[in-house]
Amino acid sequence: MNIHEHQAKALFEKFGVAVPKGIAVQKASDFESAVGQLDAKGGLMVKSQIHAGGRGKGVFTDGFKGGVKFAPTREKALEHAKAMLGNTLVTAQTGPEGRKVQTIYFTEAANLGKRPDGRDDEYYLAILLDRATSRPVIVASTEGGVEIEKVAHDTPERIFKVHVDPAAGLQAYQARQVAFALGFTGELHKQCVALVSKLYAFFWEKDCAMVEVNPLLVTAEGRLLALDAKVSFDDNALFRHPDVVALRDLNEEDAKEIEASKFGLSYIALDGNIACLVNGAGLAMSTMDIIQHFGGSPANFLDVGGGASKEQVAAAFKIILGDPNVKGILVNIFGGIMDCNVIATGIVEAVKETGLKLPLVVRLEGNNVEAGKATLAASGLTIVSGDSMADAARKIVGLVTK
Amino acid sequence: MSILVKEGTRVLVQGITGDFGARHARLSIDYGSQVVAGVTPGKGGQVFEHGGKKVPIFNTVADAARQTGATVSAIFVPPPFAADAILECVDADLDLAVAITEGIPVRDMVRAKRAMQGRRTRLIGPNCPGLVTPGRGDKSHGGCRIGIAPGYIHRRGNVGVVSRSGTLTYEAVWQLTCRGKGQSTCVGIGGDPVNGTSHLDVIKLFNDDPETEAIIMIGEIGGNAEVEAARWIKQHCKKPVAGFIAGATAPAGRRMGHAGAVIGGAEDTAAAKIKIFKECGISVAETPSDMADALLRVWKG
Repeated sequence: MNIHEHQAKALFEKFGVAVPKGIAVQKASDFESAVGQLDAKGGLMVKSQIHAGGRGKGVFTDGFKGGVKFAPTREKALEHAKAMLGNTLVTAQTGPEGRKVQTIYFTEAANLGKRPDGRDDEYYLAILLDRATSRPVIVASTEGGVEIEKVAHDTPERIFKVHVDPAAGLQAYQARQVAFALGFTGELHKQCVALVSKLYAFFWEKDCAMVEVNPLLVTAEGRLLALDAKVSFDDNALFRHPDVVALRDLNEEDAKEIEASKFGLSYIALDGNIACLVNGAGLAMSTMDIIQHFGGSPANFLDVGGGASKEQVAAAFKIILGDPNVKGILVNIFGGIMDCNVIATGIVEAVKETGLKLPLVVRLEGNNVEAGKATLAASGLTIVSGDSMADAARKIVGLVTK
Repeated sequence: MSILVKEGTRVLVQGITGDFGARHARLSIDYGSQVVAGVTPGKGGQVFEHGGKKVPIFNTVADAARQTGATVSAIFVPPPFAADAILECVDADLDLAVAITEGIPVRDMVRAKRAMQGRRTRLIGPNCPGLVTPGRGDKSHGGCRIGIAPGYIHRRGNVGVVSRSGTLTYEAVWQLTCRGKGQSTCVGIGGDPVNGTSHLDVIKLFNDDPETEAIIMIGEIGGNAEVEAARWIKQHCKKPVAGFIAGATAPAGRRMGHAGAVIGGAEDTAAAKIKIFKECGISVAETPSDMADALLRVWKG
């Protein structure tokens, strides 16, 4: 689960990680009182709150440039905020449809320190799981405020990693290693050691999937501040964090994905025109792959799980058909344990209920498959049968591109 | 032979009194597997009955193992308690714990995996279909089925199958069976980021198993476990291997941050993994329908 920057920073503060003072606002009528409460003598930052990166370089659909802007005065901040709120921001991570901005976060602009060579004094710090070692890893770099992938690719020696033994937890020497790697001395070194320890405590206690601070900066006054904050949580652990669940913003999630999750279905919308309905995540992914292999384009990922019921199949059909781009449907079920006839009955009922007019190819395999195929054949509906995944994929691509 | 489990392996089921655990305990008994004990804390002394078999239920794994000789556990307990169930197997020195449970918090698994270091128990999973060593009876009856895979699709034979995904494993197994090629053991290692046994661990076991003549390795996007296994295969594996990677069309960048890319490296896309498979001499299935045929192109059976 993802949260907004302003929510992440509120959690940072609870754990003692310093952030610039800021106020999040949902209504334009509250803008003035918000900026009035902030110290604007160094200027203000106006930040669109959406669950996607690349906001600064993003462009709104009405042409307004920049989802994160500096405003030298309160008046300019209000102007930027009015242009952003309710507007749709397109960034490298949102896709072309963009994301509607429903919250504006005003923060005091930090007085940025400079390095001896004149560069901005910005760093990178993240904590996440390293799959290869099954341990949390702290990733730090002197190259903050830029795309970290680019740093990792071009100058991997500037990426510093520390793995934490989960049995012992983060040790002080490891926090010191991070501070030394970032080149901090004296008072800043102490601040960095404390910040790394607090950020790790937050990561571990709250079951975070990832915590990223980019940039972490040194102000001209010599303070270490988390200027941006990206936090995501392990969905599997949400049951023990009701305070985190309360931060969920359904506006940031796809309505169809939310609807699907109510029926225990896992659905992700894509931009193709062949919908698929599959049991099992691996089989669902490879069904998308085989559609593309034969020249088609998948409209979605949809996993009905291992024990799909008639109700789930019906719900899945409705969700699929809610996508106006869909021109055909491929059902691929390997009913290892589940009864193929139950699935077949569910398909027939769903087709009748929705009055489906689009081409439908069904590939059934596994337990009680003969009865399932007989149910489809006896339904009087035009359902094309596929003998294998390849056969079914070829047939649906042929029907849709005809 | 086979790997990890064989006909006659004595299995206990943690969570045998839950719906999910009970259902699959029954299917394993029907398949002819030796389900010798159940474990549900507080229900010790009760009996699980199915098909004329009476399976005693114990309060602890240690009791169950001591009194029935069970060496392997199938774990069906709910996610909040699953890591605890795994560590109970470790403490009882079982050979193998197979965690079927889906949705265990990552932090729990990070801790459990750390606590297992240096102990004798191997973990398969979590979030996995389990494993099957087919039997020699009709429809492979009499084999050792641990977990949720359909037993009947298997045939006893000489192909080892390893995969993260359940249904994709069944797809490969069924393709093999339909072509008259049986399996030595089929292992689902699970799709979670922290798991007990990797592709490479299983490949090494297959390489050393005299009954296994050829291997199918099925992977997915994300992580570098398949790449690690492929590089080892190139250096050390004596047996023909076919591979498939799912997720060529999966949408990238649904995450918020970028640190994962720094950690995962550039080798976690489907295209990168397929390229490395080919470089390592693995016969790559072009589509998931092609998995058995990809193997038969390099192995005559």
